[in-house]
Amino acid sequence: MATPAPPRWDRKMQQRLARGEEAALGELYDRYATLVHNLAHRVLDDDEAADLITREVFGYIWENPDDYDPKHGSLRSWIAALTQSQAVHRLRQYASRGRSTATEVEARVRQANTAARADFIVTSMPAPLRDALELAYRERLDYRAAATDLGVSADESRRRLRLGLQLLSTAMDPADSLEIRPLERGTATHPFDARGQGRRSRP
Amino acid sequence: MSGPAYHNGNGPLGEGDGLPRVPNQRDQSGSPLPVREPQAPAGPPRPVPPPPVPETAPPTRLPLYDHGTLKSLLGAWALAVCSRDESLAVEVHLTDCAACAEEALRLRDAVGLLHREESLDLDPLLRARVLEGCLGRRPARIPVPEWAGPYDAEAARLDALLRDLGDSYWHEPVDLRWYDGAPVTRKVTVGEVITHLTTVDGLVAVALDVPDTDRKGGLDLPLDPMRRTEALWAAQRAAAEESGAGADLRDVWRGQSHTLLRTVSFAGGGAARIGVDYGSFALPLRDAFVDRAFECWIHAWDIAEAVAYPYDPPSPRNMNRMIDLAARMLPAAIAHRRRDGLADSAGRLADAGSPGRSLLLEIEGAGGGRWYLPLDSPGAVASREHAVAHVVLDGVEFCQLAAGHLEPERIAFGQEGDRDVIRDVLYATASLSRL
Repeated sequence: MATPAPPRWDRKMQQRLARGEEAALGELYDRYATLVHNLAHRVLDDDEAADLITREVFGYIWENPDDYDPKHGSLRSWIAALTQSQAVHRLRQYASRGRSTATEVEARVRQANTAARADFIVTSMPAPLRDALELAYRERLDYRAAATDLGVSADESRRRLRLGLQLLSTAMDPADSLEIRPLERGTATHPFDARGQGRRSRP
Repeated sequence: MSGPAYHNGNGPLGEGDGLPRVPNQRDQSGSPLPVREPQAPAGPPRPVPPPPVPETAPPTRLPLYDHGTLKSLLGAWALAVCSRDESLAVEVHLTDCAACAEEALRLRDAVGLLHREESLDLDPLLRARVLEGCLGRRPARIPVPEWAGPYDAEAARLDALLRDLGDSYWHEPVDLRWYDGAPVTRKVTVGEVITHLTTVDGLVAVALDVPDTDRKGGLDLPLDPMRRTEALWAAQRAAAEESGAGADLRDVWRGQSHTLLRTVSFAGGGAARIGVDYGSFALPLRDAFVDRAFECWIHAWDIAEAVAYPYDPPSPRNMNRMIDLAARMLPAAIAHRRRDGLADSAGRLADAGSPGRSLLLEIEGAGGGRWYLPLDSPGAVASREHAVAHVVLDGVEFCQLAAGHLEPERIAFGQEGDRDVIRDVLYATASLSRL
């Protein structure tokens, strides 16, 4: 449940990547490699495949930093969406080579998409709700203790936990409005196909 | 991905009365997460009648909750963070309120979607592979100088270790060891090790005219790494133990290391020769970065050892740079010991630039190599023709010797030639170590 970096950090990072600063690439990796690797692993359930996705995603960001639009959310959520989409793409590709049945694959894709939506919801929900969930879920604080910690009433603490979970539960709804579109441009369904196919080979 | 695996399967829908049935939350009081217990399935009505309610807790003694309160408790109930009485009251309520029962199930499933962001230990070598892959696709316009590469890599490895350890380790004791005529040990904490790294990295910041983190705190610290660190530790202890300061220490250290890397990247190749003043000695920036990388590795290893974590040596390319720096610092260290009357081998006069007696230092293993060291004067020219001794050491052991973690008497080595000279070189290597 890592909170996204401040928007200013995101914009600055984007500028530095666009400028071709190797040091910025290292910082980006240090901040997000775990996220990317974990997400990829969640979809593909394989270390090597997750390594490959990590290479592809960072390679894509380094080559296309301008594709990130701060108006559409945090850099973190953009990276998460890129990863998700690339991992699902690879999963389908592996499946078409006969490693598992189509039904199994689609079930895993659905599960992975739900998990990704949940992740997105948690990171973009109002901070008071996220903080309450964090205390209850991660710190295992009773809702009264969480209330003390948050400096709110017990009623408010209960309200936040319920509301936070209600928001989170929408991740399980059939994905229409919540479908994550990593890149908002063009008609391409796959971000790695979205731009300049003639310019560079696919990652 | 070994996270909490709470899956509700097909949903614990009751089959008997058409109403959703929810597994009792209180059955799971010992578990940090609502993991379904196999012996308490929610599905069909239980074949055995429920056990008699103990007399000590008759349901009538439960406080009465109105519908609104019960509803507001659903989130806390789903997370299992309300009192036993409250959970019981909610569960009783769920048997006759379809709306709440439905929401309860939904929220319970939502809890299953929360997951800990785990720091699965990423393969430390992955970083170099990913970054190389990126740079192959699009070369950097502002590259990190090659000589700063080891520092970049080692700081990233230590940072990953600290992240994996989490926040409960900051006060864990760590033994810092070095060699000062005899082995010296200093007991500190993980947090103090990070402070030490930050403050000595600060010397590089001073040289680059980057506002170093210590100066920002209004402290005027000595340059000598040891006295500088002691001064800062004292100041920190005087400022009382600020609880939870560990994460801040890490942020300050990491923030500074990022700034240093960024600054030298922009400064370009010309910055390589800028002098970094360590008080009693100075190093050009390109060597200071390798020195800081070495310290970062050694202290990360100290921390890892203290908390029983595995920690690998640097990549061969980076370790080679560290060994190379130590080899280049050795002639001055030999001369220093000779001046202090500590040397076993007799000195001979040799003019700077002229050939002098030499020692072949051969380092085995990944990152190793061969170095000819001048023995009579740091300025003399070392060569194979004038070699009087040959010593063979393992790379990691040589680094441990240079860090003062292995005593010269205890190191295993192969030798040929003048034994006094070899002994001097081993002791001079240990004398490179400091806090």
